This record gives sequence, C-alpha cells and structure tokens, in this order.
Amino acid sequence: MSLKKIIFALGLIIAVSAAALIFFAHGLKYISVNVALLALGAVLMRQSAYFSDNFYQHASPQTFYPTAGRMIPWFAWLAVVFVIYGLYISFAIAPTDFQQGEAYRIIFVHVPAAWMSMVIYLAMAFWAGVGLALNSKLSAMMAQALAPTGAIFTLLALVTGSLWGKPMWGTYWVWDARLTSELILLFLYLGFMALQASIDEPRKADRAGALLALVGAVNIPIIYFSVKWWNTLHQGSSINMGAAPKMAATMFEGMILMALAFWMYTIAVALIRVRCIILERERNSGWVKELSLKDHA
Amino acid sequence: MQWESWSVFFNMGGYAFYVWFSFGLTALCVVWEVIALRKRSSEALRLTRLLSQND
Repeated sequence: MSLKKIIFALGLIIAVSAAALIFFAHGLKYISVNVALLALGAVLMRQSAYFSDNFYQHASPQTFYPTAGRMIPWFAWLAVVFVIYGLYISFAIAPTDFQQGEAYRIIFVHVPAAWMSMVIYLAMAFWAGVGLALNSKLSAMMAQALAPTGAIFTLLALVTGSLWGKPMWGTYWVWDARLTSELILLFLYLGFMALQASIDEPRKADRAGALLALVGAVNIPIIYFSVKWWNTLHQGSSINMGAAPKMAATMFEGMILMALAFWMYTIAVALIRVRCIILERERNSGWVKELSLKDHA
Repeated sequence: MQWESWSVFFNMGGYAFYVWFSFGLTALCVVWEVIALRKRSSEALRLTRLLSQND
C-alpha cells in the first residue's frame, strides 16, 4: 500500500460514501454539505498525484518540503470557498432561533472552533507519538506545526463561548466541567510549545514535547464527554454520530461548512508552518542550501 | 433574505456586541496567523539564502 493510493482512496471514500450516506438518509436536505464533501474528496484525490509510490520517501523533510508547497494552494482555496459559503448560510439563510434570537449565530464559529481545538490536539499527539515511536523527524515537525493553530482555536472556542454565555447564562465564565477542561486544553497547547522552545537540542525537544502531548491526550475524551458525565451548565451536544441533528437543517449546514472551512484552513496553515520549521531546522543540510541557491538564480 | 435592512442586520436582534465580537475576533486571529506565517516564511528563506551564500 503506497501513500499515493491511501490518499486517493481517502478522497474517494469521502466523496462517494459521505455524500451518498447523507443523500440516502436525508434526501436533498443537506445539499451544500454533499457538494462541499464532494469537492473535498476530489481535491484529496488530486493531491495523491503529489505523492510517490514509495511510502517511506515522504518521511524525509527533503521530499515533503516541495510536496507540502504544492498542496497548500488547494486547501487554502477550499478554505476560502467554504468560509464564504458557510458565512452566507450562517447569516443569510439560517433562520432566527426561537429561543435565543440572533445570539445563537455565535454557534457558527464557536462549535467549529471547539471541534478543531480537539481534532488538532489529537492530530498533534498522533504525529508526536509517531515521531517518538519511529524516531522520524518530520512527524515531530508536524506536531510542532499544528500546536499554535490548535492553541488559537482553543482560545477562540473559549472566548466565543464566553461571549455566548453572557447573554444566555448571564455570565462570561463558570467553572463548569466543559469550560474548565477546555481551559486545561489551552494550557496543554501552551505547555507543549513552551517546553519545545525551552530545550535547545531539537530532537530532545521533540521527545519531551511528544511525552507531554501524549499524556495530555487524556483530556480530549474528558472534554468530549464532560457534558454527559457531569451535570453542568454547558448544554449537551447538538450533533451526535448516528442520530439526526437536533437543529434546523440550514443551521446544521452552516455549522458543518464553517467546520470544513476551519479544517481546510488548518491543513493549509500547518503545511505552511511545517515548511518554515523544515527550513529553520535543516538550514545547514546540503539540500536546503541547494534549494535556496536554485531559488536565487 | 430575512433582514429588512442593513441596520437590522448589524443590530443582530440586540446581540450585536456578542455576535460581531465573536466573528471579528475569529477573523482577526486568522489574519494575524497568516501575516505572522508569511513573515516567518520570508525570514526563514532569507536566512537560508544568507547561509548558503556565505559558503
């Protein structure tokens, strides 16, 4: 199995099965989500062209650097298209909520940001773990590249949540289980970045950071299930796997499109950052020097 | 379109501060991150070029 085929298959699965599942289950109710997923699948299938059949070749920063460069515009453009479409649905199509009025529209940034804060942490812990287990430099660089974006989305989830809490609960902050565990997530991101920055030897920093990231991953299920395990102020999830969403179809569509936009943005930004990290850390290796001379000529 | 006018839209049913602060801050973070990354990229490239020229 090569990376090329895996990425192609992933794109195909997303395009066909996800769109088809929603289509068969709900008809044309969530058509914008279908279209967005089709576009995402097509782009992923296209990305496979940038990878070779040799699985391990892409584990080296030297081969991944140009590959990442070719992938960035695709995800950046998808992010732009999804965010325009998502904002259009969020403000022009989705109706006023009968309980919360217009304040509920914060959901279109709050929930996607909160999802991303958890997803990025899992991705970061995954790459850090792979880096630790296989001693691969590029995986550790990926973990390092994801952390700042994850921290930003965590901060956004907290701030937009408190801006939603004020008009609805009457307070910006309560020490509720969901809010507290999300705050701990922010400290985990900041701790990971601070720890890596404080160790001068990059490979040692990678290992220390990876341990912190892996131990901290225990917080993710705590955040996710906090609204079920403890009877706290934060409302339960509106979207559950295998159940119909408890909200109007257009509200759901807006939320999913914004979430997809944040996903695409995260991929693009993490790839840009990993390229910076590669240049910064491999500055003295021959291929980087050759590359910069070639650019210069 | 469900909004009678732009002022009704911007007023967000009286929740303008909370809604626009949320979306504004998100936009600000995205713009800041992109600008910071562009700076970091050009700085990294500049330094690599400098290093390779000194060889």
